[in-house]
Amino acid sequence: MAQRPQTLYEKIWAAHVVERRPDGTCLIYIDRHLVHEVTSPQAFEGLRAAGRKVRRPELTLAVPDHNLPTTPRKDANGNLLPIADPESAQQLDALRRNTAEFGVDYIDATAAAQGIVHVVGPEQGFTLPGTTLVCGDSHTSAHGALGALAFGIGTSEVEHVLATQTLLLSPSKTMEVRVDGVLGHGVSAKDVVLAIIGKIGAAGGTGHVIEFTGSVIRDLSIEGRLTIANMSIEGGARAGLIAPDETTFAYLKGRPMAPKGADWDKAVEWWRTLPTDPGAVYDKVVTLDAADIAPNLTWGTSPEDVVPITGVVPDPDSFADPSKREAARKSLDYMGLTPGTAMQDVAVQHVFIGSCTNSRIEDLRAAAAVARDRKVADGVRALVVPGSGLVKRQAEEEGLDRIFVQAGFEWREPGCSMCLAMNPDKVPAGERCASTSNRNFVGRQGPGARTHLLSPAMAAAAAVTGRLFDVRELKSHDFDREGI
Amino acid sequence: MNPVTTVSGTAYPWGAKNIDTDVIIPAHWLKTITRAGLGRGAFETVRAQPGNIFDDPRYAGAPILIAGDNFGCGSSREHAAWALADMGIQAVIAPSFSDIFSGNAFKNGIVPVVLPQDAVDRLIAVAKDQTITVDLETMTVTTPFQDRFAFELDPFRRECLMKGLDEVGLTLARDEAIGSFEGQMAEGRPWIAGRQRLDAATAGTA
Repeated sequence: MAQRPQTLYEKIWAAHVVERRPDGTCLIYIDRHLVHEVTSPQAFEGLRAAGRKVRRPELTLAVPDHNLPTTPRKDANGNLLPIADPESAQQLDALRRNTAEFGVDYIDATAAAQGIVHVVGPEQGFTLPGTTLVCGDSHTSAHGALGALAFGIGTSEVEHVLATQTLLLSPSKTMEVRVDGVLGHGVSAKDVVLAIIGKIGAAGGTGHVIEFTGSVIRDLSIEGRLTIANMSIEGGARAGLIAPDETTFAYLKGRPMAPKGADWDKAVEWWRTLPTDPGAVYDKVVTLDAADIAPNLTWGTSPEDVVPITGVVPDPDSFADPSKREAARKSLDYMGLTPGTAMQDVAVQHVFIGSCTNSRIEDLRAAAAVARDRKVADGVRALVVPGSGLVKRQAEEEGLDRIFVQAGFEWREPGCSMCLAMNPDKVPAGERCASTSNRNFVGRQGPGARTHLLSPAMAAAAAVTGRLFDVRELKSHDFDREGI
Repeated sequence: MNPVTTVSGTAYPWGAKNIDTDVIIPAHWLKTITRAGLGRGAFETVRAQPGNIFDDPRYAGAPILIAGDNFGCGSSREHAAWALADMGIQAVIAPSFSDIFSGNAFKNGIVPVVLPQDAVDRLIAVAKDQTITVDLETMTVTTPFQDRFAFELDPFRRECLMKGLDEVGLTLARDEAIGSFEGQMAEGRPWIAGRQRLDAATAGTA
């Protein structure tokens, strides 16, 4: 019997239904659960209080990232350095104790494998196509880059998954975001996802799971796909998917936690059946042409506030919606910007290259290609925070750390860092940061901090020029070769 | 969790759009290992501004918050729901909510009420000097002026709210079905449970 054509989302959903309730909600099995220190202490405490255990410890992996300082973790003699903030230290200690008590795999802050949870999952081969993957962090959507149905959950749900390995969920609607064409010089995955969010809006994907399709997505590396899927949540979609393909399989093969031998062959065979069938219908379709995408950045305090670098600060009165006008006025007041100012005339005091959006090896290569033989501008503090110890090690093997340090960037230990200002890396009030992270919310990088989201190459261009700057105007050693 | 059937009282007539969870509770409050006491940090950056709605004595202790589109967007932090509950909020009315926040609200006895923008605008006008009632039995929001706005809730979530049910306990009762699924998974997708565990050297715990 011929089956109705299905989307990638529908196939993964159907493969994980434990039970369907009469009202349509389903008990969904969770294959993979990532845990970090901030959103898990209360979940473990809940288990303890109720005398419950972790149902399947082998399906969970824990790693600290949010609170960790990005300064060295050991002294010259290899002794552990204490964490200055007592609350951060307590939370990090709680993760270590809780994972030991409940038998969950835990990567320590001092291990080379440590890193931002959304960098570690794919890197270790913990993230796999066709899995359901959750984490108490909204940027869990990133793992959709490998064809996993991955989404952020709250702490009560973390507890629910630990205890039952399931979640009770209603099916989402589906949205196809198709990007066709070829990206121009200096235009990266970050510019593509900013263009998408600018088009659909910060709430455009609410209630939907996005599937990113089209030649631009197909041509991206896994690193680039992770950047795109990571920011699905900034467009309101809890999850974003990219169909697994040869690029995905080549990336995963041989990773420590990926399947091996006969299991690998069997897995790949199944993964090949997952892409959306021809003729399958999405609830909503949005298309973008790569030719229309320039290096982008944000001007306001919502990720939907996107302009090309060649653009100007918009006039609030140019928005048709009265509430958007009001929001734009407040944003510009907070950001200290005047309508009509060319984006390239805006000076920055901080540059942050890092976060689960843009801290992988390709991101660091793109930034280094711009930073090479240049100097960080006077009055600018620039941080490079690799996404994991393994990314850091690879970058050092490639000599990228020396390029950054010679240019005047700080080369740090892995963690979430200045993306959300939970650790000591903060942007002071009233100062401006060109940041490769994912959120430009009020106070996100520190109270009163002003954030412009952009790509790693654009962030490096801002660092060496001291202002928001069109990276295409900088001659780069590796510009053509790397196609930053 | 205590059962919720009606929420009645004053409401903060705010209406702001795209209120993210960083605004509801900034990241530096997330270093706690308990759920308690987060009301002190709720809307910290908003409250730093003079004349803000949360320090207006007319609305002190209001159990209802009226907001704009996309309330609770951004970070998945359940601390946002804990902070709202700790400051006494039991219902939020808005034209739309982020999916993650909405789930977190339910699990903490906060009713996320979705109403069209014109109804929200009307309630903001009323709430400036009158009380509002959210009734889960009749699924309506009413005012002293005979306004009556119907809303919808997921039936299961509504039942959990009204009976104060423990969702983990309910799912644990489905142990047999989960076990049977796991049996099929071991056959069909053996690589899921068969993944390599961390060795002490990689974990950095050797």
